[in-house]
Amino acid sequence: MFIFFLSSGLFLGWSLGANDASNVFGTAVGSRMIRFRTAAIWCSIFIILGAVISGAGASHTLGKLGAVNAMAGAFMVAFAAGMSVYLMTKAGYPVSTSQAIVGAIIGWNFFSGSLTDYNALGKIFITWVACPVLTAIIAVILYLLSVFAIKHFKFHMFKLDRIMRYGLFLAGVFGSFSLGANNIANVMGVFIPVSPFSDISIFGEFSLSSSQQLFFIGSAAIAVGVITYSKRVMMTVGKGIFELSPVMAFVAVWSHSIVLFLFASQGLEQFLLNRGLPTIPLVPVSSSQAIVGAVIGMGLLKDGQNIRWSKVAGITSGWIITPIIACLISFIALFFLQNVFQQKTFQPVRFGISQQVLASIRTTGLSTKNFDDLSGQTFANASQFKKILDQRMELTEASRKVIMSAAQIHAMKITPDARKRISKDMLSLEQIQALERLKGRSYLHKWQLKRDLEQQGAQWQARAKDPEFNRNLRNKLAHLYKTFKSDDGS
Amino acid sequence: MGENILKRKIGIEKQIDDFLDKVSESGLLFKCGVDYYLKDNMEDFAHKLEQITETEHAGDALRRSVEDVLYRRTLIPDSRGDVMELIENMDSLLDRFKGALWRFEIEYPEICAPFVEDFKALVDCVLEAVEALIRASRAFFKDMSAVTNHIHKVAFWESESDNIATRLQRSIFRNKELRLSHRMQLRDFVRHVDKIADRAEDLADRLNIFVIKRSL
Repeated sequence: MFIFFLSSGLFLGWSLGANDASNVFGTAVGSRMIRFRTAAIWCSIFIILGAVISGAGASHTLGKLGAVNAMAGAFMVAFAAGMSVYLMTKAGYPVSTSQAIVGAIIGWNFFSGSLTDYNALGKIFITWVACPVLTAIIAVILYLLSVFAIKHFKFHMFKLDRIMRYGLFLAGVFGSFSLGANNIANVMGVFIPVSPFSDISIFGEFSLSSSQQLFFIGSAAIAVGVITYSKRVMMTVGKGIFELSPVMAFVAVWSHSIVLFLFASQGLEQFLLNRGLPTIPLVPVSSSQAIVGAVIGMGLLKDGQNIRWSKVAGITSGWIITPIIACLISFIALFFLQNVFQQKTFQPVRFGISQQVLASIRTTGLSTKNFDDLSGQTFANASQFKKILDQRMELTEASRKVIMSAAQIHAMKITPDARKRISKDMLSLEQIQALERLKGRSYLHKWQLKRDLEQQGAQWQARAKDPEFNRNLRNKLAHLYKTFKSDDGS
Repeated sequence: MGENILKRKIGIEKQIDDFLDKVSESGLLFKCGVDYYLKDNMEDFAHKLEQITETEHAGDALRRSVEDVLYRRTLIPDSRGDVMELIENMDSLLDRFKGALWRFEIEYPEICAPFVEDFKALVDCVLEAVEALIRASRAFFKDMSAVTNHIHKVAFWESESDNIATRLQRSIFRNKELRLSHRMQLRDFVRHVDKIADRAEDLADRLNIFVIKRSL
């Protein structure tokens, strides 16, 4: 059944591969510098590597926007995104999967009564705007550097040609990796919370998490799209880009690949974090908009005469119109799936206030006097709970988050069966021992399990000045919450 | 076999350089051949004729080889078309030098003493125009910014050769001692040689467009 529900994501992956591979290898193939077969193989390999190795960052941001928690819901969200891409392409609008999936997730949030994290949404929106702008800036810098190098070193035309070939090939490979890393979130992101996979260890050397297995399947679908359908797109779009000039095409592909990498690389994020520098948000962005941004950047550098401003207007409208259309389609489609086909499109997430929850909130320094009387009450979904809170007091976004995450009901039981599903490679020996000591206990809230684990020893406690350890800890806890979830509380 | 193994693999850059050497060489052979002809040294003239024919064959072989490499595996198509056109046009210059020298051998025109110096000057100007074009072509491959420095020299020498050709034709037709048929034959020779410079100028114009197309 999971495979059936995954089909919409696979279709989305296929269409992404068919369309976006032209942005990375279109120039090289369209100009017949590299045979299509060679390009398709390299492109597929590196898309898969990018998705599996580095796909988690951008998916995490989408997950924050809305955690689709039922298979049928995830199916419909991906389907709605695919459908809006198809309809808008038919209508002649420039459209990107990244923007469609965000709209579709928001549609699910509305339908399921979940709250949309406006911080995450704001971050995503700013990134969309920043993507073509940043690509344009990088393209201008790279272009000026290339021109300087060509004039300074006076390369023979054939040597320059060879450099361009190798450069375009490398840009294609790097671009494929970045495309896989950045855009796999669009294809598989919504399926992560409902994934039935458990972690597997390969030859005891390294382990693949359940989301990495999903990413592998999704990127394989992208690869199939590249192999089966991208040739035609490469021949047309690739040539269109190429008509600029070889150097400009080379710069466009490189700057596109760099930008997609910047918005996907957890390694870079870690590097910046460790040095106390501001990080770049990891958000799925549009590969085609990045290319257009690069071309516009170089166009402005020349004289700006040849820029088609209608294309720029198309991009800006896409930031708004695409998510709105995808949101509407998603909402309507979920309504039909739930009410006509009787499929469960979301698991209700309930909220409950108890004395324990109130005490937990007070430990963070927040006063609970405005809602102490709610103790003993439960609420059907996030929207309802938020409404009650808003009626009683004015809350900042951060305070509301603290209250809601403390009150969120997520029943768990530490059973031996569930414990077996956790790969040994994932946790340290001390962490496993701590978990063993909690065997048989039940919890109603996530923070209760976290608190009990912290009491077992330092291995489950966050460390000051070790952001990487803390990030791993958060991932491990998220995995435990999912693994030990029991149905009796929700 | 040993020879095959030791045979140096010639890169396309070297092949194009060699080809342009052949074009330049054909111009020099043409000049020497005309000099010998004008001195009535037919033995050395015949030798130069033989040499220019060999040069033309070698040039053809190099052109084919360059085209083959270009078509099979090198160059972005946009540049490929331009390079191909340039090579073929340069080859046509080589053919013209050879053709002009053979015409002397076939028609054996009698060039009277009053025209000899102007004839030599015409050949010199044509040669200068072609040499400037060859320098521009080399720059096209190695240093695009230097091409225009050579192109304007082609135009200068072409106009010089036009002036000499006009002067020469005028004096040929004003010479009443010659038969009309003789005058017409000499005029054709003058035009034939002058056309090489015209052709060089046309190629320089094309080259200029290639440069604009590739300008950064």
